[in-house]
Amino acid sequence: MFKTIANLQIGEKAFIEKLCLDNIPLKLLEMGCLPGIEVQLIQKAPMQDPLYIKVNGSHLAIRRETAEKITIVVK
Amino acid sequence: MLSNSELMSDDKVVKVALIGNPNTGKTSLFNQLTGLKQKVGNYPGITVEKKQGLCKLNNTIKAEVTDLPGTYSINPTSLDETLVLDTLLNEKNDSYPDVVVVVVEIENIKRNLLLFTQIKDLKIPTILVINMIDQMKRKGIDIDVKKLEESLNTKIVLASARKKIGIDELKSVILDYKKLDAIPISNITDRIDKEYFTKLKNAFPEFPLYKSWLLITQNNEFDFLNNQQKELVLKFREDLGCIKRYQHKETILRYQIINNVLKDSFKVDKSKASDLRGILDRILTHKIFGYVIFALILLFIFQGIFDWATYPMDLIDGAFASLSSWIKTVLPPGTFTNLIAEGIIPGIGGVVIFIPQIAILFTFISILEETGYMSRVVFLMDKIMRKFGMSGKSVIPLISGTACAIPAIMASRNIGNWKERLVTILVIPFTTCSARLPVYAILIALIIPDKQVLGILNLQGLTMMALYLLGFTAALLSAVLLNSTLKVKGKSLFVIEMPNYKIPSIKNIFYEVVEKTKAFIFGAGKIILAISIVLWFLASNGPSKFKNAEEFVTSKQENKELTESALQKKVASYKLEHSYIGYMGKSIEPAIKPMGYDWKIGIALISSFAAREVFVGALATIYNVDSDSENVGTIKQRMAAEINPDTGKKRFDFPTGVSLLLFYAFAMQCVGTLAIVKRETNSWKWPIFQLVGMGLLAYISAIIAFNIFS
Repeated sequence: MFKTIANLQIGEKAFIEKLCLDNIPLKLLEMGCLPGIEVQLIQKAPMQDPLYIKVNGSHLAIRRETAEKITIVVK
Repeated sequence: MLSNSELMSDDKVVKVALIGNPNTGKTSLFNQLTGLKQKVGNYPGITVEKKQGLCKLNNTIKAEVTDLPGTYSINPTSLDETLVLDTLLNEKNDSYPDVVVVVVEIENIKRNLLLFTQIKDLKIPTILVINMIDQMKRKGIDIDVKKLEESLNTKIVLASARKKIGIDELKSVILDYKKLDAIPISNITDRIDKEYFTKLKNAFPEFPLYKSWLLITQNNEFDFLNNQQKELVLKFREDLGCIKRYQHKETILRYQIINNVLKDSFKVDKSKASDLRGILDRILTHKIFGYVIFALILLFIFQGIFDWATYPMDLIDGAFASLSSWIKTVLPPGTFTNLIAEGIIPGIGGVVIFIPQIAILFTFISILEETGYMSRVVFLMDKIMRKFGMSGKSVIPLISGTACAIPAIMASRNIGNWKERLVTILVIPFTTCSARLPVYAILIALIIPDKQVLGILNLQGLTMMALYLLGFTAALLSAVLLNSTLKVKGKSLFVIEMPNYKIPSIKNIFYEVVEKTKAFIFGAGKIILAISIVLWFLASNGPSKFKNAEEFVTSKQENKELTESALQKKVASYKLEHSYIGYMGKSIEPAIKPMGYDWKIGIALISSFAAREVFVGALATIYNVDSDSENVGTIKQRMAAEINPDTGKKRFDFPTGVSLLLFYAFAMQCVGTLAIVKRETNSWKWPIFQLVGMGLLAYISAIIAFNIFS
């Protein structure tokens, strides 16, 4: 089974492997979520959603449904 | 937007567009450049505010600076962002810039530069401002400006807008904008697909290639294109899959270029970075403390709106009342004087009275936004709000709604998902806005005993709180209902930036509050004023019986003994009954009888359709209390003494009072809100839906309440 950003633990880092291009809006890429880039989970909101991540120097909050579409490779 | 005289005074005006990501200090820079010489207008046809200001570059040349909405790229995902694109593509646009100033923030320079590279490719002269350089040392950042200028092919200004560093240098660079070259940074299109882009280039030989690319990638209609161009655009858009793929590729390539550029010229010594952000985040987004802190902040804001604001509000109230009486003493009596004293002045007063609350509310909100805390609230509340069909971004509009629905609805613009935004807009009018307060206050005073319960709590105060909760509950429940019934396509991405914490700038807050308050006065104010005048006309004119009121009342036997002032009041009361509005009240009596109201309350209902707070004033007139005294006590006594001829009991008894409270809690009695909903949703469908839906809910629940308690 492949892992996504939604599977990360708080503080854990990984590399973005692939973005499911059909479902991921351009905006997320533009904000720095790119393949091969390191991503770190900073915080989860209560009920595990949304997720607060650090990627490419940007601090972003995305919903779980989006995070589930971004597969990762853990270091 | 600036008036002709300002522009004509000197024909040397350089048009400057300020562009940047949100949270880059772009607004601070705008405020530094233009000071108080700012104007906020609307873009033609849409409601997005257009902020412009003049800036003196030297003795003869001025810059007309446009502060474009913050955006992460020129591919728009919201109305605000569409505007940035249109300004940059449409050469006929009033604000089409001679030179673009891209503002980036030192800490997020990588992501910020994406927008810069896009704009550069449009071949418009571009200056890069790297802002917040005062933080450079502390954050361990080192920039090689020369190298960066060379590789980005631009002129760079290091600035700190808050500390007024680099402003003069920026002005002189703007002055020399003709020396800037407008060459794209890289041949990015060749690297995506040379063949495809050659085809595109040949299709639109008159445009820069990147501009043509933007034209075909957006869903918008571009009015500035001719028909042949429009057809070509549509033809290219047919291959949507290809466009999407290339857009992704473009973004990835841009980041590669930026990374290469920054590798040599931008260095961060990570050991120097402090982790204040991490510590604050752990506390403020904590699953328990996060909510406790937010609740305390809310409590503090409400305290401000409902306690501190009452002092200036009382002053304003008194000032307008005395102004009215003063006008009556200085101007000769007549229709014109009455129009001013009874129509226009109270109308303006009805608008001005809300300024303290709105100003206080927006002071708090802009502090929370400036510090970066607001994003944490959105983060904390998103999941909860989604259960109600809204977004974490709906929290602020809902809070703002407790002051006034109009700015609240405008604040919902940044909710990207249309369905979530629509639900938010539709339910905001349920929150207890300040216009309901005077209505609630007098009704509660009439029907709820002023008693202490459990030692410390006051029964009347508790009722007021219950009404607030009722408003929020109604908003949330109707949101659930709307969410499950509305068939609106609403797929869009939720992604918010969590900016670093900052100390708020007093200057920015001041400008923000002034701007928001002005928007309210000139937006809602015009309507409230217009309706007040119409109501005044309807109440002070009428058919024959109205005209002969004086003779009729004086000739009546029972009135012969009355003193002059009592007689005057009788006449006024008789006049109102036979004025146009009086007839309107009577004609709706059958419809409002099931709720327990008579025609007199009917008049108050009609009058307060435009704005709820008119209710008290209308009742004061109806029960011929001296309305200039603005003394709730006397109105209350008069209302309490009113007898219902059908039952022989008090007119404002408990059942009628509860029924009225519910009616005012639910009914959509605010023309200003309806107008703003029409503007924001761009259709009459939604305001009419609100008017009917909320009206029915109000009507039915008032009937039920009246019958239960009778």
